[in-house]
Amino acid sequence: MELHPISGIPGYIAMVAKVLAVFGGVLLVVAYTTLGERKVAAWIQDRIGPNRVGPWGLLQPIADGLKNILKEETLPAKSAKVYFLLGPMISLFPALVTFAVIPFAAPLPTPWGVVDMIVADIPIGILYIMALSSIGVYGLVVGGWASNNKYALLGGMRASAQMVSYEVAMGLAVVAILMMTGNVTLTQVVWQQQQLGMWFALPLSLAFILFIISAFAETNRLPFDMPESESELVGGFHTEYSGMKYAMYPMAEYAHMTTASALMATLFFGGWDLPGSWDNAFWYDGRLIQSCTFAVGAAATCLPGTEVLAVPALWKTALTFAGFFAKVVFFLLVYVWVRWTLPRFRYDQVMALGWKVLLPTALAYIMLLAVSILVLDELGMTWGFWYGLVLTAVSGVATGAFLYFVDRGHTITGAAAGESQRTEIKTIPAGIAAGD
Amino acid sequence: MTISVKVMKRPEPRTTSYLRAALSGMALTFKHLVNPAKLTQQYPEEQTDLSPRWRGTHRMEVHADGRPKCVACGLCPTVCPANCIRLVGGEDDQGHRYPVVYEIDEFRCIFCGMCQEVCPVEAIHVGQHFENSEYTRDRFVYDLDRLMEQDHPTTLLWDPSDPRSE
Repeated sequence: MELHPISGIPGYIAMVAKVLAVFGGVLLVVAYTTLGERKVAAWIQDRIGPNRVGPWGLLQPIADGLKNILKEETLPAKSAKVYFLLGPMISLFPALVTFAVIPFAAPLPTPWGVVDMIVADIPIGILYIMALSSIGVYGLVVGGWASNNKYALLGGMRASAQMVSYEVAMGLAVVAILMMTGNVTLTQVVWQQQQLGMWFALPLSLAFILFIISAFAETNRLPFDMPESESELVGGFHTEYSGMKYAMYPMAEYAHMTTASALMATLFFGGWDLPGSWDNAFWYDGRLIQSCTFAVGAAATCLPGTEVLAVPALWKTALTFAGFFAKVVFFLLVYVWVRWTLPRFRYDQVMALGWKVLLPTALAYIMLLAVSILVLDELGMTWGFWYGLVLTAVSGVATGAFLYFVDRGHTITGAAAGESQRTEIKTIPAGIAAGD
Repeated sequence: MTISVKVMKRPEPRTTSYLRAALSGMALTFKHLVNPAKLTQQYPEEQTDLSPRWRGTHRMEVHADGRPKCVACGLCPTVCPANCIRLVGGEDDQGHRYPVVYEIDEFRCIFCGMCQEVCPVEAIHVGQHFENSEYTRDRFVYDLDRLMEQDHPTTLLWDPSDPRSE
């Protein structure tokens, strides 16, 4: 069977089907992440969690949605109405469209051609995600400002400040990926990991740590939920929101979480790749290839005539999708798990971590990585397992150094003063204690 | 009197690993996540075992022929500290005293159980029952018929296994 990408009328049908499936799938994952969050929170706190609507509470998201639609939509009298309505939309829209460039399974063969399991394989992949996910914060800022409420405004301000701070570190962590792959397309990133024989979490371990910290901050999840911080700012940016307009903010947050989880899985854990080379597939020069020998110094270029053709199959697509889904669910679980373990940072600690720790670390790491890649290429090492192993060793040292210096108060100190800085245990004389 | 100020024992910055502390926290929550302590009682489905001394909703004991045991002596409205019992006594053809009106306002009642203690014929009781919610306030004044209809176990006012409350 001649392998060619699906095109023409079947191509359009496949495209529409993929759009609907991905959009619906993301919304479904978002809905059930809310339930999952409540369930996991309950188990961590030795409770039971929602269990009244449907078996094991499985219909709870539907009940929540219905409740939110039926609730009264309040509109503060002195709010800027247009922007007040616009805020949740700006927040939700980018969160949902970012998933379009993430490949979620191996290509699916059909009688009309091979269907790529990605909605839009656009050449600017990661940049598209970075650009659009940053727009989401405008929803928070606009909503917080338009509410005409000081707490909401503070929440929006914090959201923007935090986003600016951590976007830098996140972008620099992604630069490490770009230097490795020489490309920003996410299909290419997955392909490079398959050919390397290991997932980028190993050779780029420090980038992964920086990325996961920044991703937590970008999605405004604990321990970085500054914009919301219920205990300080009532509800933060969504203090004045109610009903479905309010629900769109949590939906956007969970959609962002899902996208960030998918991105972490794609960039650092091989995307839909599973161990072994049986599932590898990539469109190279008009042919779907499984592997090839790389030209020295150019990770993205195959030597002519060394390509091994891939054999896509339905079971491969299904299995790789299951793998991708498992990775995303794992990262979502980590999100929830961390939220119910760690307390919130103080605001200045968030800023200090972003600017004084993550940014210099990311810059230094990129320098180190660039030198390592240059040396490896100059030595004529081809893209493969040993290439990855050397980088793993380099990154391992860097990660160890980072963890050492960030820990034990070398660069960050705790909120409480140490015992030596405290006054001794005092016994106040009786007269003073009584107040006379 | 002296007030002593207790200073929390805080770790010194350079001797404590924040990462290890955070990871041990994660391990702790994970232990609870995979093996949560089953503490919740699924209330409407699972009922609590009430103490034999539990003093709840009242009930009036009845004779075999369906008459209330109450002889309208007037001791319970007299002893009631919350003044929640309304009793109007009457006498029938044979000279038996009986309650014409016997009402207990469950809102006013403080469930002290003194009506049961004072009753010479063991007619009025407080019971091992607490689910007496209603949709209207006037439903909380229980009349004689309603008190006789109650079929929950009456309280013992003491615990047989611990009669002296030790």
